[in-house]
Amino acid sequence: MRALMFGWEFPPHILGGLGTASYGMTKGMAKQDDMEIIFVIPKPWGDEDQSFMKIIGANNTPVVWRDIPWEIAKPRFEKFMNPEEYYRMRDNIYADFNYMHTNDMGCIEFSGRYPNNILEETNNYSIVAGVIARTYEFDVIHAHDWLTYPAGLHAKSVTGKPMVIHVHATEFDRSRGKPNPIVYGIEKDGMDNCDHIICVSEHTRRVVIENYQQPHWKVTAVHNAVEPLSPEIEAIERISGVSDKVVTFLGRITMQKGPEFFVDAATQVIRKTDHIRFVMAGSGDMLDKMIQLVADRGIAHKFHFTGFLRGKQVYEMLKSSDVYVMPSVSEPFGISPLEAMQCNVPSIISYQSGCSEILHNVVKTDYWDVDSMADAIYSICTYPAMADHLKVEGKKEVDNIKWEDAGLKIRKIYDSLV
Amino acid sequence: MKTICFYFQVHQPFRLKRYRFFNIGSDHYYYDDYANEDILQQIAARSYIPANRMLLDLINQNKGKFKVAFSISGVALEQMEIYTPEVIDGFRELSKTGDVEFLTETYAHSLASLFDTEEFQNQVKHHAGRIEMLFDQKPTVVRNTELIYSDEIAETVYDMGYTKMITEGAKHILGWKSPNYVYQATTRPKMKVLLKNSRFSDDIAYRFSNYSWNEYPLTADKFISWIASTPAEEQVVNLFMNYETLGNLQPAHSGIFEFVKALPRFASEKGIGFSTPSEALDTLTPIGAVNVPNTISWADEERDVSAWLGNKLQQSALKALYEMGERVRLCTDRRLKQDWVYLQTSDHFHYMSTKHFGSGESQFSPYMSPYDAFNNYMNVLSDFIGRVDAQYPDTVDNEELNALLTTIHNQEMEIKRLQTELKTVIGSNEELLLERSGKKKATTK
Repeated sequence: MRALMFGWEFPPHILGGLGTASYGMTKGMAKQDDMEIIFVIPKPWGDEDQSFMKIIGANNTPVVWRDIPWEIAKPRFEKFMNPEEYYRMRDNIYADFNYMHTNDMGCIEFSGRYPNNILEETNNYSIVAGVIARTYEFDVIHAHDWLTYPAGLHAKSVTGKPMVIHVHATEFDRSRGKPNPIVYGIEKDGMDNCDHIICVSEHTRRVVIENYQQPHWKVTAVHNAVEPLSPEIEAIERISGVSDKVVTFLGRITMQKGPEFFVDAATQVIRKTDHIRFVMAGSGDMLDKMIQLVADRGIAHKFHFTGFLRGKQVYEMLKSSDVYVMPSVSEPFGISPLEAMQCNVPSIISYQSGCSEILHNVVKTDYWDVDSMADAIYSICTYPAMADHLKVEGKKEVDNIKWEDAGLKIRKIYDSLV
Repeated sequence: MKTICFYFQVHQPFRLKRYRFFNIGSDHYYYDDYANEDILQQIAARSYIPANRMLLDLINQNKGKFKVAFSISGVALEQMEIYTPEVIDGFRELSKTGDVEFLTETYAHSLASLFDTEEFQNQVKHHAGRIEMLFDQKPTVVRNTELIYSDEIAETVYDMGYTKMITEGAKHILGWKSPNYVYQATTRPKMKVLLKNSRFSDDIAYRFSNYSWNEYPLTADKFISWIASTPAEEQVVNLFMNYETLGNLQPAHSGIFEFVKALPRFASEKGIGFSTPSEALDTLTPIGAVNVPNTISWADEERDVSAWLGNKLQQSALKALYEMGERVRLCTDRRLKQDWVYLQTSDHFHYMSTKHFGSGESQFSPYMSPYDAFNNYMNVLSDFIGRVDAQYPDTVDNEELNALLTTIHNQEMEIKRLQTELKTVIGSNEELLLERSGKKKATTK
């Protein structure tokens, strides 16, 4: 079974949960003996782990024929792929894209992030997909999130192979129910024309069925999993100068993640106790508002902002926490509580997040139920049995959520389509 | 002659209301009155009232041939007095027939037997007193909470003056032995024990309305013939179950009431009688000892206490609770003592069980998750502990406090004694004075 996957992010250069999930999933699927994966991303950095699959960079794929000698191509591409791939792809240019802005190699440049001209980038991505689809042999197409749906559809129309789309988030989650019509249109088009839809939770599956009018038989939920922690991360020690308990919110500070509910819960707790501190880590469009809110509530002496954390810093923050809170208003899956549990941190999550469907050893509340959230925070920080039990049982539980199992479920779907 | 021994458990906990940590220290009322009333009235209407009526009819029809026993926890009795007094009237009428026995148990339906022997004894005494007051019969058979039993508990109960107990016929303690005999406790051979027949009890309690059971539907005829076909020398079949089985766990439309109604007729055809636990224990001789070094109960497949003590949450909550025992007994505040009883009810700890994750959590739990249950309980307990500490400073340890209290008590007695003495002295002095003044007057005259 050979799969051609279209993604947007890939570790170690990630901006959100999509990259982490893509990595874990492909790695888990690669454990199947007869599975070959070609993973397309807009812009590889060259330090991605390619041990279990092949990464093709959209920005290394020619769409305009240029006469490039081997001596130039080799040093330019060997960091990313076998330079011969460049020539193979060059033989499959299918139309005249000279009107496009291309570089000296005949390739389109990509930012690989989420720039303002993201719609243009997704369009370019689908032009590139046409070349890639003509070059490689594969049995199934797998597209991750709306940015890659046009690319996937293009590949499907070129080859006639079945296409699976993987919904990591919908526009409804990102916008709290007020979708951008263009994005919605792209998502809907992808879902209407693909052969199967995989959602990261039952919650997302319902959104897809109800808000995108998809037939229920076409939509399957496959819950995400987590990669085991590397020994290097396991070795990180708690850093904390205060003896107070630390309660952490970690994620993008945006409407979807419900940061204001965290501030409200913190207000309740801080008014009543003096041994608990709160940390809001991350950045986002609501950060300034949150700083203002904390100041208005008069809790700034016990409430801290760290700004954006990357790589190892995330784990340092988690390992230094006593409670992790994810009050998301609408979270398709939410991988971060699982990471917190891996670091032995008890988690409080909202019922409105997809991971609450599979996690047992966490405290669940409604995102708006600030009283209950405050109560749970107090309880974990005050009753040692609660914290100990959640730490031990949570770790045990999360260690059993493996990508291999998710990979097998995805494989079943492939098999049914091919 | 074989005999069937029916015993029904009646219990309802005082469920706690949603108690947040900001209530600690300011709100001292812990119970969800609405839920408690609602649940009790529903169960009474569906189960207790129709079942009481049916049993009364059966007893009257069969005139001494049909007998049952009940164990009603103290906290259930208190709730019935408040919300459904008609159920208590029903039990009273049953008691008057003379064919119904009431057992004694821990008043709070508590796990005191595992943590606090003194508390356990107090609760059993308290409960026995309550039963005697309400139903005019002195209980002679002890049923510990959830049929929890061990050699040690048997000793404690025996030392309290009881010689009859009932418990679970757990497979791992019986081995090849049959539960259909009277046994004696290893440590106290005079203590006689009746064991629950799990198979027949569960046929009624759990499998009765299960369509996928190969014996469905279960008829009285078939059921009695199963009992009749047990080896002839087996004397007693103990059917112990929750009273709610009749009408609630097995709803009326499943035919459970008709099934029970038909039992006496088929039983008498096969020559099988009915008796109460105390009759069975009095008339039958024990055939051997039952050795229970590790605690058993009637819960779950394991028949152990892991449903209440299985995880750290439960263990630490129980530890925190029973650490207060000695101190609470030194207190005299009535409301405090009442809360102490209500908070001991085993159900609170059962709600914290994480044993059944994934396979449908405790179906009776009012909480969304075990963590929720623990959280709420610990908040309540924190407030309770605060109130206990407010009674006497917690810097004084229990022994010292006890000594101080005894001193105060003794001094009070001493003062009273001295006061009365003083009065008599003053009295006699006055008399003396009067006498003298009388004499003086006499002499001056």
